[in-house]
Amino acid sequence: MTDIVIRVEGLGKRYQLRGSEPRSNEHCERSPRGWRGLWRRFQGQYRRGTDDQRSDIFWAIKDISFSVERGEVLGVIGENGSGKSTLLKILSGITDPTTGTADITGRMGSLLEVGTGFHPELTGRENTYLNGAILGIKNAEIRRRFDEIVAFAEVEKFIDTPVKFYSSGMYVRLAFAVAAHLEPEILLLDEVLAVGDAAFQRKCLGKMGAVAQAGRTVLFVSHNLAAVRNLCGRTLLLESGALEKIGPTEEVISHYLSKTAVELTSSVALPACSPDDPGRGCKLHFFNVERLPQAQFRLGEPWRIVVEFELYRSVPHVIAAVGLISLESVPLITYWSKPKDLRPGRYCVEFECELPLAACEIQFAVGLSSYERPFYYVQGIGHVSISPVAVREQPFRTSGSGMLMSLRQSEIHPVVAEERAAS
Amino acid sequence: MIDTRIAKNVVRRIRPAHGLVPLNLKDLWEYRELLYFLVWRDITVRYKQSTLGMAWAFIQPLLTMIVFTVLFGWLVKVPSDGMPYPVFAYAALLPWQLFSSAVTLSSNSLAANQHLISKVSFPRIIIPVSAVAVSLLDFVVGSVALVGMLALYKVALTVAVFVLPVLALVALTAALGLGLWVSALSVRFRDVRHALPFLIQVGMFATPVVYSASLVAESWRMLYALNPMVGVVEGFRWALLGSGTASGTMLCLSVVLAAALLISGLSFFRQAERTFADMI
Repeated sequence: MTDIVIRVEGLGKRYQLRGSEPRSNEHCERSPRGWRGLWRRFQGQYRRGTDDQRSDIFWAIKDISFSVERGEVLGVIGENGSGKSTLLKILSGITDPTTGTADITGRMGSLLEVGTGFHPELTGRENTYLNGAILGIKNAEIRRRFDEIVAFAEVEKFIDTPVKFYSSGMYVRLAFAVAAHLEPEILLLDEVLAVGDAAFQRKCLGKMGAVAQAGRTVLFVSHNLAAVRNLCGRTLLLESGALEKIGPTEEVISHYLSKTAVELTSSVALPACSPDDPGRGCKLHFFNVERLPQAQFRLGEPWRIVVEFELYRSVPHVIAAVGLISLESVPLITYWSKPKDLRPGRYCVEFECELPLAACEIQFAVGLSSYERPFYYVQGIGHVSISPVAVREQPFRTSGSGMLMSLRQSEIHPVVAEERAAS
Repeated sequence: MIDTRIAKNVVRRIRPAHGLVPLNLKDLWEYRELLYFLVWRDITVRYKQSTLGMAWAFIQPLLTMIVFTVLFGWLVKVPSDGMPYPVFAYAALLPWQLFSSAVTLSSNSLAANQHLISKVSFPRIIIPVSAVAVSLLDFVVGSVALVGMLALYKVALTVAVFVLPVLALVALTAALGLGLWVSALSVRFRDVRHALPFLIQVGMFATPVVYSASLVAESWRMLYALNPMVGVVEGFRWALLGSGTASGTMLCLSVVLAAALLISGLSFFRQAERTFADMI
């Protein structure tokens, strides 16, 4: 018999939009005026069947059904506003669904935000206890694991300082450390890794991995596809409130990427510069190896960049260059064309990109120069996405970052006795 | 929130709520640790970075008492049933401030804890209850000052002081009841927050705080006693100073009204709390 701990059936949540304030499902019908109307607003009752004709009705999630087995780590992905957070809010009991049911077996803890309830005036120590109480960790439990929490957060020296004097990194580390000691049977996590520096994110990810390995059931909502890929066996994809796909993570992620790929444009117009300049860049195009326009490539897949530019005058010794920059503004590589003397007209130049880049988002810089003096330069333009789904499973491991190299000559040897003695 | 007391294989069902919601006060007990921490937080935070700290809990009612004494005792010369005006005023201020600060604090409490409500699940009722508990602490501190004043004015106490906790309980009940109404309403209608300070002020003048209830004409007294704090405040004066117009009927009316406020407040709050996270 399978051991199902979360069973969701036909779950839906309706909001009414009126003005700028989204209002809850309960107030959907045209309210009677006066006191009766006021009272109605507080009642959980509404007439059915009227909502479909109304434009100010909004289903945050609609008719969602799935189940989760004990010990499973289920990823939940989808674009902003696809209903991920609403789903977690309903499952954690913060808000009621409009339709459907969810049966949850066992103790559940949810972490929808790191540091909920931290008070700036209180010290780190005081906040640890307070936050523990808010997350539902027993006071005795916190006291027992206090040192462990403080050590994980690396804030020993400042534990008796009010957190308003903490750096944002320290604040987040302490908040996460408390939350990481939440040990329910079912854990709901929302975007908690979206904070902190890279090192801390890795630490959090490690902790999450440990939680998952400990056989606990986890629902993990994230935009970080690499993290979902690492942690989750199965993934659920939401799209505009509906369940688009649920299945093995690999499949769902590639489905998701293939859908979002359409939105990344494969052709970008370049901005004009000063009219005094002898020329300007016109367009940036991206193609796959089959010369089809595309802006989403799989890990290890070669692709092409085409720069289109225009010259108004004759320019000697023209070099066109394109630079790849990560979204975090880290320059990755710059490609140059061969120098050439050109007359006025439109030109294009193609660069082939065969870098073993890990999953990342790339922006571009485009430059034109004459005798190494640039006369046109733009940066932060275009957007290409390298997905973590590899073309071939090997040698591309998807968990690395930067350039992924598998060096065949670097073999692992046992350390021989005399070497050990020498060292 | 982890329901630590829920046994391993108990299934919790989440479904749309319809009709009347049960009061389910068991929640409050299960989450007592959180209640304790919220009260502790509010008290700790209140006096952080203040030099006088907890002393403010003494100073505030004493200053109000002094202002009232100068204004109403000396200038307007309000009759004080033959008692020295400072004691007369303070004996009434104490329960009134318990009531007014409990209502004010609880009305703002939900908005002040907005981030908790939208991110963590727990019985929301804990929030206004913790606000009321905070004002109870002020009341206890203020009572110490009262003991000092009684000694200073050489007022002899009688067995009647044992009624005081009961009276304080009635004030708390009424305050919590009203606080629940007001806090739940303020989530939906922010107007409440603007109207409340004014209403509290009117309420103080509709309660025999600066004057004696004996000033109110006999024929109006029953109508007057529809304010549950009238019975409580007059009861305080009677229990401490042996003065005033306190009567059994008045007190019974206060108890009944306070209980009605609490029960209606609880059921209204329970009904409204389901949508707090969506509206706050």
